[in-house]
Amino acid sequence: MRYYTYFPGCSSSEGGAKAYGWSAQAVAKALDVELIELEDWNCCGSTPYTSVDELASFCTSARNLALAEKRGLDLVTPCSACYVILSRTNSYVKGYPELRAKVGEALAAGDLEYHGTVRVRHLLDIFANDIGYDEIASKVKRRLGGLKVAPYYGCQVVRPEPGFDHPESPQSLDRLIESLGAEATRFPLRSRCCGGSLIISEEDLALGLIHKLLDSASSDGAECIVTVCPLCQTNLDIYQGRINKRFKTNFNLPILFFTQLMGVAFGIEGKDLGLKKGIVPVEKVLAQYIER
Amino acid sequence: MDKLVEEICAIPGGEGIRLCIQCGTCTASCPNASRMEHTPRELIAMVRAGMGKEVLSSNSMWLCLSCYLCTVRCPRGIKQTDLMHALECLAVRQHLSTARTRTPIMYRSFSDFVYSIGRVPEMGFMIWFYLLTNPLRALRMIPVMLSLLKHGRISLKARRLRPEAERQLKAILDRAEALGGLS
Ligand code: SF4
Ligand code: SF4
Repeated sequence: MRYYTYFPGCSSSEGGAKAYGWSAQAVAKALDVELIELEDWNCCGSTPYTSVDELASFCTSARNLALAEKRGLDLVTPCSACYVILSRTNSYVKGYPELRAKVGEALAAGDLEYHGTVRVRHLLDIFANDIGYDEIASKVKRRLGGLKVAPYYGCQVVRPEPGFDHPESPQSLDRLIESLGAEATRFPLRSRCCGGSLIISEEDLALGLIHKLLDSASSDGAECIVTVCPLCQTNLDIYQGRINKRFKTNFNLPILFFTQLMGVAFGIEGKDLGLKKGIVPVEKVLAQYIER
Repeated sequence: MDKLVEEICAIPGGEGIRLCIQCGTCTASCPNASRMEHTPRELIAMVRAGMGKEVLSSNSMWLCLSCYLCTVRCPRGIKQTDLMHALECLAVRQHLSTARTRTPIMYRSFSDFVYSIGRVPEMGFMIWFYLLTNPLRALRMIPVMLSLLKHGRISLKARRLRPEAERQLKAILDRAEALGGLS
């Protein structure tokens, strides 16, 4: 059994990406991994927050790190946006003494302190590198033979921190998909941006980016796209209808979390993976593999 | 406005602007550069030329997606993305943030959520934001919202922190506020 402290983030806990949280837990269990939720965690500190009040954002983020430090385990999140913010706070608090002093003083107001010892990890890193592809392959009950999957990394799982994969041509998700028996497509725009939260404030701009992504994925013959971030899933899934209208296209690509695809291959029941939560229905593509 | 150079240098990630060689790699990498009033490379040149007010009142940094492509490609190791965040914070602080994009008000609303409840129910936040800024857009979003509702993906309420944890977070943030920012 391996143990981690788990930071779900707002979206995968009770938000729009509940299915990510469910499937992450279900798959972790199958792999003898225990994800123990960080009690009373708060918002990661988030990019929007960083942009209006940096110190407050660092402090919001650091509260989570301070709570996690007490438990002494790696802090794992399935959300790329949380991953980037928590990692950034971690390295900046270490690298900038003045910032460390201010954050320390603010944390003290809540009777907390942070010594900078927590390792922040993304869930993909845990599965790909701590567990490994062979172990994952050994749990497969229904090989996804013949399924063409576009591996969508997005930005923040591989940038900017020198992390566990290449910042522009990452491979870990490809290998994970292949260990399930499926085929990872080339998908040239695999590590380009989905528009993030600018879909709310700058819709036209973000829709243009999403359109390019869907186009790149489908031109390679992918039958579905797999993501590692709730924001990416949301943008590609719920806006697909609007994209079709605006650009007169016919995209019909289910957008799965990588943990959902793993769960299907592990023979976990569809309802435990939240397969019905997708707006673009996934049943047709996965029909022959799904456990009911 | 040499003061601005100093202020930026005081913000983590901002100190790099003195090193920029104006090669333009950041601009060439940026998915949104063509929509920015000044490209990422130009912003640095302008800051160094003392054009702080033009920089801070532009739409540029508010169109940054935080995709970090510029940051991993810059030959001088400048963290352009962090610089964008720094410019956003300074624009807010100096009351110069532009109304030509809705991003500043979206970010501000988001922060208010974090401050008051510690978490952000993002779909609920989205609806609330649409209603706040542009009811017409809210109308257009109804089909999307209905399908989200049907799939059980909207929760208007975040699962709250325990009251003592909420108080702890507020105490930390109030102290941060009293410390008066980073620089
Ligand atoms: S890539 Fe770096 S050095 Fe080149 S213009 Fe941009 S910030 Fe300056
Ligand atoms: S992080 Fe921002 S400025 Fe840099 S390339 Fe991405 S959108 Fe452009």
